[in-house]
Amino acid sequence: MAQMTMIQAITDALRTELSNDPNVLVFGEDVGVNGGVFRATEGLQKEFGEDRVFDTPLAESGIGGLAVGLGLQGFRPVPEIQFFGFVYEVMDSISGQLARMRYRSGGRYSAPVTIRSPFGGGVHTPEMHADSLEGLMAQQPGLKVVIPSTPYDAKGLLISAIRDNDPVIFLEHMKLYRSFRQEVPEEEYSIPLGKAEVKREGSDISIITYGAMVHEALKAAEELEKDGHSAEVIDLRTVSPIDIETIIASVEKTNRAIVVQEAQKQAGIAANVVAEINDRAILSLEAPVLRVAAPDTVFAFPQAETVWLPNYKDIIETAKKVINF
Amino acid sequence: MASKTKKAAFDAKKQLEKVEEQFETLQILNEEGKVVNESAMPDLSDEQLQELMRRMVYTRILDQRSISLNRQGRLGFYAPTAGQEASQLASQFALEKEDFILPGYRDVPQIIWHGLPLSQAFLWSRGHFEGGNIPEGVNVIAPQIIIGAQYIQAAGVALGMKKRGEKAVAITYTGDGGASQGDFYEGINFAGAFQVPAIFIVQNNRFAISTPVEKQSAAKTIAQKAVAAGIPGVQVDGMDPLAVYAAVHDARERALNGEGPTLIETLTYRYGPHTMAGDDPTRYRTSDLDNEWEKKDPLVRFRKFLEDKKLWNEDMENEIIEKAKEDIKVAIKKADDTPKQKVTDLMSIMYEEMPYNLKEQYEVYKEKESK
Repeated sequence: MAQMTMIQAITDALRTELSNDPNVLVFGEDVGVNGGVFRATEGLQKEFGEDRVFDTPLAESGIGGLAVGLGLQGFRPVPEIQFFGFVYEVMDSISGQLARMRYRSGGRYSAPVTIRSPFGGGVHTPEMHADSLEGLMAQQPGLKVVIPSTPYDAKGLLISAIRDNDPVIFLEHMKLYRSFRQEVPEEEYSIPLGKAEVKREGSDISIITYGAMVHEALKAAEELEKDGHSAEVIDLRTVSPIDIETIIASVEKTNRAIVVQEAQKQAGIAANVVAEINDRAILSLEAPVLRVAAPDTVFAFPQAETVWLPNYKDIIETAKKVINF
Repeated sequence: MASKTKKAAFDAKKQLEKVEEQFETLQILNEEGKVVNESAMPDLSDEQLQELMRRMVYTRILDQRSISLNRQGRLGFYAPTAGQEASQLASQFALEKEDFILPGYRDVPQIIWHGLPLSQAFLWSRGHFEGGNIPEGVNVIAPQIIIGAQYIQAAGVALGMKKRGEKAVAITYTGDGGASQGDFYEGINFAGAFQVPAIFIVQNNRFAISTPVEKQSAAKTIAQKAVAAGIPGVQVDGMDPLAVYAAVHDARERALNGEGPTLIETLTYRYGPHTMAGDDPTRYRTSDLDNEWEKKDPLVRFRKFLEDKKLWNEDMENEIIEKAKEDIKVAIKKADDTPKQKVTDLMSIMYEEMPYNLKEQYEVYKEKESK
């Protein structure tokens, strides 16, 4: 097995599916010769040719529309939106078009499209690069939204996303791209969409999260253990639809939960998870389910982002509130 | 100091004039039904000419009946088509079955003539998703509601055709208002950059709901917008079926020869309102303008042309009118007989497989629907 960073695991997944399925096409801004601004598509154009891996003109809406049209022609497009903050330019293609293709055509057509895009804070980007906009996507029926937290998951989930016959928004946290390596099998494997993973078992509180916050949550769980609190950490991996069974089973065991997201507190994934727990497990709860999230402003400029982003200390603080309720 | 006459860095006026002089309106058949441009005359047999006339008459009847069905509450969303028959039907007439149409919401006639059963067009109007469940082998997609979105999708469909080496084109339609939309420019630009077999039609009917085309852009023609995308553009008399046919036919030939996309602007007019949902054209159009355009009517001039050639007569006209009426009657019956769309149907069609939340909601609504 090879040690891979998340970006290498993503490239490996793309290579795997480009090899497996001649209908898979990878395209976007600078994904060809340049291999993508983060090198996610490094070497793929050389290996698979310009017909399969190609640069587009600089227009996100056009990239989305191209994916819709290629999907209609039986291709399996995997476009890249260079940074997910640019998604507003392609919102119609995503929410107005891809997500509705199956409905609009009475089931005749689908949109087997996986849109990959980097997002996430902590890497000092300019404005409109780092925002966590998964909540915006999760509100759209017809889409699936996937956010891996490790290289191993990134490969397995991306392969599943590409093979899925519905449109998938695959969001890659920039801070995780090269922050650590992990053993990643070179052969193909898939991780089912819609399945969470219990990253750490515990009995006193469930910490439900995804993306880069998984690592903050694990760190918090270690600290909490020193204080005698056993925290279970759940990585959602797919934020829409969420894995309700795993969440509820955990809450029924621990009777306490907090939900952690890097996105702003208002609306979003965490609010949905809290509401679902209240709907389904209220009698198991010993305390209210609280959230750890960023404040309700637009994403902070780099000088302020360290404070703006939730971290393990915030998680510990909120977890203790719930434990001591 | 002696003053010098400063020379402009470039001649802006000359530049624009040079662009505009390239976009004269192509006309073959004038308002009197006389051929004014023999050299551009398309190669159509007598039978083909008659068939095109039949389709235009049929579609005019379909429009009249659709308006009245809408008023009776028997149809839903409807965007009237009278006046645009040449632009719509002659462009479709230049296609082959394997070509793929991405229509706007007024472009229902083209997809009907491309193979969509009339009953499904009625279902689509009623907002029933069976309307968009296009039969296998019919290369169209349901009409687009978002202005211009179909333009970039057409670039995608055409790119797919090019990758598969198919001998076919993707054709899409929008209006004069649509030519202001970002997706319009992205669509023609992508198609040009990839040199794909696409045909982009702008049916310039002079009003985007109420906003006149003069307020959409400083460009004197919409056809000239092709220049910036590096693709050919042509403006045609959209009330002249032969000019529309010739332009689309040529664009298709070029596309199949690997010469890339074409933008075609058809100058046309919708006699009716924007849609049947309360638009009142008297608020923004004068009756003088209506009269001026009605004189250009595509059916009138094509009928004269065919009658002169002894290819058309009243019996033929009545025969197709009766056929249209009968077809509409049968199709509306079929639409009426289609089970109403249920919320549970909608749930089962959001994804290939329902996620947990929809599965649960499905049970709730199944119960509601059983009462």
